[in-house]
Amino acid sequence: MAILVRSDTRVIVQGITGSAGSFHADQCLAYGTQIVGGVTPGRGGQRWVGATTGKSLPVFDTVEEAVRETGANASCIFVPAPHAADAILEAIEAGIELIVAITEGIPVVDMLRVRRMLEAQSGPKPSRLIGPNCPGIIAPGLACKLGIMPGHIHRPGPIGVVSRSGTLTYETVFQLSGLGLGQSTALGIGGDPLQGTDFVDALRLFNEDPETEAVVLIGEIGGSAEEAAAEYIAREFRKPVVAFIAGATAPPGKRMGHAGAIISGGKGTAQAKIEALREAGVRIAPTPAHIGVTMAEVLGRKAP
Amino acid sequence: MNLHEHQAKAIFAKHGIPIPRGRVVFSIEEVASQVQALMDETGKGVVVVKAQIHAGGRGKGGGVRLARSVEEAVERAQSMWNRPLVTKQTGPEGRVVRRIYLEEGLDLEGSREIYLSLLLDRATRRITIVASAAGGVDIEEVAERDPSKILRMPIDPITGLMPHHARRLGKGLGFSGVTLAQFAELLHRLYGLFLSEDCSLIEVNPLLCTRDGDLMALDAKIALEDNAAFRHPEWEGLRDPNEEDPGETEAKRVGISYVKLDGNIGCLVNGAGLAMATMDIIKHYGGAPANFLDVGGGANENQVRRGFEIILRDPKERGIFVNIFGGIMRCDTIANGIIGAARAIGLKVPLVVRLEGTNVEKGKAILEASNLPIHSASDMAEGARRIVELVRE
Repeated sequence: MAILVRSDTRVIVQGITGSAGSFHADQCLAYGTQIVGGVTPGRGGQRWVGATTGKSLPVFDTVEEAVRETGANASCIFVPAPHAADAILEAIEAGIELIVAITEGIPVVDMLRVRRMLEAQSGPKPSRLIGPNCPGIIAPGLACKLGIMPGHIHRPGPIGVVSRSGTLTYETVFQLSGLGLGQSTALGIGGDPLQGTDFVDALRLFNEDPETEAVVLIGEIGGSAEEAAAEYIAREFRKPVVAFIAGATAPPGKRMGHAGAIISGGKGTAQAKIEALREAGVRIAPTPAHIGVTMAEVLGRKAP
Repeated sequence: MNLHEHQAKAIFAKHGIPIPRGRVVFSIEEVASQVQALMDETGKGVVVVKAQIHAGGRGKGGGVRLARSVEEAVERAQSMWNRPLVTKQTGPEGRVVRRIYLEEGLDLEGSREIYLSLLLDRATRRITIVASAAGGVDIEEVAERDPSKILRMPIDPITGLMPHHARRLGKGLGFSGVTLAQFAELLHRLYGLFLSEDCSLIEVNPLLCTRDGDLMALDAKIALEDNAAFRHPEWEGLRDPNEEDPGETEAKRVGISYVKLDGNIGCLVNGAGLAMATMDIIKHYGGAPANFLDVGGGANENQVRRGFEIILRDPKERGIFVNIFGGIMRCDTIANGIIGAARAIGLKVPLVVRLEGTNVEKGKAILEASNLPIHSASDMAEGARRIVELVRE
């Protein structure tokens, strides 16, 4: 078991013929993901061939066709920012259950519409969006990854990882794996101000996932998603949580790389988030190099 | 990207939002003739001389001053020109005034000042209108002292702003009759402007309601949504390089995120979260980061070199910490990039490199074989401790 992906997750890649889409589709295939096709408007009818796997897949003009022909139920999006919101909305309308948007730089106004469409869904199988501006999701036990993270650092195991960052998530996973703490699922929710899936959504899923024994939460300055997570953890979450919040040394008013990582009007500081999480009983890692060992301590396992 | 008041007002005018008449000047020599022209146009002998910088609080800082003659206006302009204007938003060093907006003086007798803004609210995931009848003053102070005086209205993107939203908000601000209708029209136009010009914030403080019940934007602030730049080629012309840090501007051009800080340990990292975390761990071990620098999650040789060039320009630099979690990227490639950059630029301060990812052993071997004063660290904590020690020596 894992969250959000299953053994029958069948994936299409939107933007499969672009350089990032093509490279990572190939990497995902090599990891074991069932990629069943790709979408690039204007390239329908062609075949895509993975550079290292040599695997050949059909390319479609629309998501609707791709779903009809391949039975896909998930999509990983590498479409450039100007067309990315349209690509997400197309996937929602085609009934894709899990949509992972890797694209960075989507205008927030475009994401307002996407969020609204996600909220307005009423069917039996509503779409879930992860991202945008995120590394994606990986479930090592299922050999399934939709995203750009390095698969080889992951190990199957009991830790859930949810993060607003990309490489800081890899750092965390690397520490965990090195201590023999494998991951049930690791997902990046993205560094933008508006996301499809937030901390609380991910925590809810981890709460219900029997394979997940504990969770690492990686937050950063800006917004109030960590405070909302703290409130949820205090109220309902039944498993131990270790957290690290990046940006304690970031100056106010400056955007720190991620569009959403900004302290504005005194709101969104690392200190306030750490305080809220600590009060909710979350263990805070003292430095980003001690996330793994803090989790090992919490679980009462000795570091090797 | 933030705009100057005069730019924001030009956009307001384009969208039919009433503003006072005014002219912008880019050189001190133009002031006299432009004041005269403005006085001729308005038939009034009073102008307001307004310093144009990207920061609020200009009035209290002495950057907004009344003048009752051409001579007085020139004198006021001279007192601001090419000098730093310090406000509570600029920091102690202030911002140098290089352009001035001249605006007609208005009769404020019997008028009311309203606060009005539209912003992208992360919490409600809506464009939200914030308004207060207690305008003209620092709205954050009002929010703190008396939050009930602040009205908030999130707008559902499915309907957009409807006339009833505007009426409800207008009633809340104490408008009625013709003024209420005027307010609804003005808000409708501002909402349209917000969307079509891709703003992340519009702030009108104050919105003037005259004795006769007419509405006019006395001040205007616009922040544009950087991610939407691809659909606005005209934004390039609105940029003011004097308001930007040259290092940050150059970094942006080559796709690197860079923020200058006060410390003396330069950081070069891939990924925004890891870059912030690297600053944090340097501080944890007693050092002070000189910058935030994210070369991008999937670092390549060229980005590493560019990043080096940017941080090495800081004269305060006493040491550099490179923290790369290569992941899929190959560490040998990154190591070659580091060596290339260090050789090309000439390395005068200690350099600690922490590399992780594919081919990490090869990468470390390349660094060692280079004979450059590069200290290789096996993890982030060791790297941070090491650079802090080396800088202290």
